[in-house]
Amino acid sequence: MRYRTTSAVTATALLLVGSLTACGGSDEAEASGGTLTYWATNMAPTPADDEAVLTPELEKFTEETGIEVELEVVPWDSLYNRILTAVSSGEGPDVLNIGNTWSASLQATGSFLPLEGEALEAIGGAEKFVPTALAATGSEDAPRTAVPLYGQSYGLFYNKAMFAEAGVPEPTDGWTWQQFLDAATALTRDENGDGTPDQYGFAMTGGSVANSAHAAFILGRQEGGALFDESGAPTFESEEQVAAVTRWVELMTSGVTLPGSAEYTGDAEADNDLAEGRVAMVMQQSGSRNALNALGFTEYGVAQVPVPEGGTPTQTMVAGINISVFNESDQQEEALQLVEFLTSDEQQVTLNKAYTTLPVVEAAYDDPAFNDEISGTFATILAEHAEPMPQLPAEGQMETLVGGAVVDLISRAATGQPVTDADVREALAGAQEEMEAAS
Amino acid sequence: MAVTPADSAVPALPADPAGLTAQDAPRRAAGSQPPAGGGPAGPAPVAARSRSGRYLRLLPYLLVAPAVVFELLVHVGPMLLGVWISFVSLTQLTLRNWTTAPFVGLQNYRNGLDPSSSIGSEFFATLGRTTVFTVLVVAIAWAIGMLAAVLLNSSFRGRAFFRTFFLVPFALPAFVGILGWKFIFAQEDGALNRLLVDDLGVLDTRPFWLLGDNSFLVVVVVAAWRLWPFAFLMLLAALQNIPGEVYEAASLDGASLWKQFTSLTLPLVRPANAVVILVMGLWTFNEFNAPFVLFGAQPPEPALLLSNLIYSNSFVNFNFGLGAATSVLLLLALLGASVFYVRLAMPKGGAQDA
Repeated sequence: MRYRTTSAVTATALLLVGSLTACGGSDEAEASGGTLTYWATNMAPTPADDEAVLTPELEKFTEETGIEVELEVVPWDSLYNRILTAVSSGEGPDVLNIGNTWSASLQATGSFLPLEGEALEAIGGAEKFVPTALAATGSEDAPRTAVPLYGQSYGLFYNKAMFAEAGVPEPTDGWTWQQFLDAATALTRDENGDGTPDQYGFAMTGGSVANSAHAAFILGRQEGGALFDESGAPTFESEEQVAAVTRWVELMTSGVTLPGSAEYTGDAEADNDLAEGRVAMVMQQSGSRNALNALGFTEYGVAQVPVPEGGTPTQTMVAGINISVFNESDQQEEALQLVEFLTSDEQQVTLNKAYTTLPVVEAAYDDPAFNDEISGTFATILAEHAEPMPQLPAEGQMETLVGGAVVDLISRAATGQPVTDADVREALAGAQEEMEAAS
Repeated sequence: MAVTPADSAVPALPADPAGLTAQDAPRRAAGSQPPAGGGPAGPAPVAARSRSGRYLRLLPYLLVAPAVVFELLVHVGPMLLGVWISFVSLTQLTLRNWTTAPFVGLQNYRNGLDPSSSIGSEFFATLGRTTVFTVLVVAIAWAIGMLAAVLLNSSFRGRAFFRTFFLVPFALPAFVGILGWKFIFAQEDGALNRLLVDDLGVLDTRPFWLLGDNSFLVVVVVAAWRLWPFAFLMLLAALQNIPGEVYEAASLDGASLWKQFTSLTLPLVRPANAVVILVMGLWTFNEFNAPFVLFGAQPPEPALLLSNLIYSNSFVNFNFGLGAATSVLLLLALLGASVFYVRLAMPKGGAQDA
């Protein structure tokens, strides 16, 4: 009996010890030995395509420096959550991509390595970057914790064949909003005579919260408005913002926009409609070129984003991806080497060519790959008509609240409910109230 | 088990040899009974006996210790953490040093429960919507599951095939099944609009299913579709425990099939029913996947359920305190509803276990 008791006690103790070591074991396995962990976001059609683009380049880096890199492509919709988990636990990658609109929010967490002084010199200094791209790396009141990696801007994509068929002149740079609306109306046509249009002038990504927030920002700037005042307080329900969102929603109520596009939550569906000739125009970022190429569609042009007559000529926010080093990384020197490598002239040409994005370093624009007409248009928009989104910690929250309100208004417009000025004001006021309650 | 004063101090481990030992030891030590036999009859040294007695007293605790440790780690710890978070202002700015997030007392609850504020009115609207959603989904899933179970309870050729086939919605990964529904309900190219507008001509214009009020119907349909096989499975098991003689007797007495169903089947599967409805109700009230996969992190208002609201407060708006406060309220509401339901509807058999 004694024997049995002793062995039971021993077994219990062993179980406990075993479970405790099981808890502790994972930490040791994670401790990196000379290998950098790199979280890249999903830029190509699928994460596997991203790996195909990045792996050979990272091998070059390993050859040059002897530093191994473990690549993980993190899908866009889980990236922010993954970063927040890393921030709260202190366990994360050494180097990571962030959406540039998140820069100020993430900068405020204090979890990323300040890129100034020696650290900035190690990646080649601030001078090598395109100034507009560098403007979207966080608040100026605190040390910068990110540098640009891939640049993007919005542009007006159009289907050339549909314009030719309808006898409508193709969009030109400096198009006014009215010219855009007139063309969209002329291109909304009922070809088979069944009483409903079977091709439309325009398609939006009406269900996408992020894209809807971008539209509210860009059109708001065109009206002379802003989402935050100088003290950083939200001004979502200002006259200018109400006018901007009303103008955007009217695209849907006026019947020139494909109604089904109110459901679209991603860019792919609208790209597809453009390629199939179902819609004549879409407003997308330069990365959509990749999707159109993948669809085998080449007969498209890109023009600057239309601006209302007399409005501020803002056509896009400074879109794109930034790169940061995690503060808890125990290999910061190596991490900075990787950032330097990825923002070098050569890598900027290779990677941005593969992703149809825009280089963020001046020198890369000398490459012929970025001198065709469409790249030139995007480069001009980014350099001359782009403004960074508000560089405030609450920016991410603004995007979800304002974007959410716009998505809701678009869906009401698409389902045939009237959406008046007052409705827009009420929706934006609701978003503003939530914003204030949360801060 | 009869509890005597002598062994009441010792936690009992029934049907366990060590447990019997634990009961015997103090009795022998107290000398109230002659040695119960077994083993050498000679008196053992007192010191050795009391030491082994101490071990024996500790043993049950040691045996359950791993389970307790993990229960605390996995269940109780995070739950208490969640309750604590609901009292602090945890945003992305305080996330890095989340232990030092400022304490705000009941502010999160006040924000969440004030019906005149945007956040509060959204919470109450969502609570009501989730209740209606739960009632509809459980009713539909139960009805279809019951029908299928009754039909498959009789033997016919191909019964095994249907039994397996009916489990497909339950076995399919949630994301795959729900994405399939998303394609079906799409306004432009969806199968449903093709059927209603192009093939049958029931409707002239293509309605939006995924926008506006219709999105609520879509979530109900998808959730009921995912849930009914569970009701079917549980009720089929219950039906198979009813002896066939009962039905034979009923049909000899001239009872119609409907009468047999209401007077025999329903009362006989009542205990199973009570459990099935409770479990389905709790699952459905906590439904997250259907709105999330159909609409993303921010579902349209008519399709916004409580779990999605909590997610959107916590991870979309990064107001973890508010999200935690909503979670605690949800937990309390479900706990209250469950206790009420258990007292009302569950079989009373195991009274002392309750």
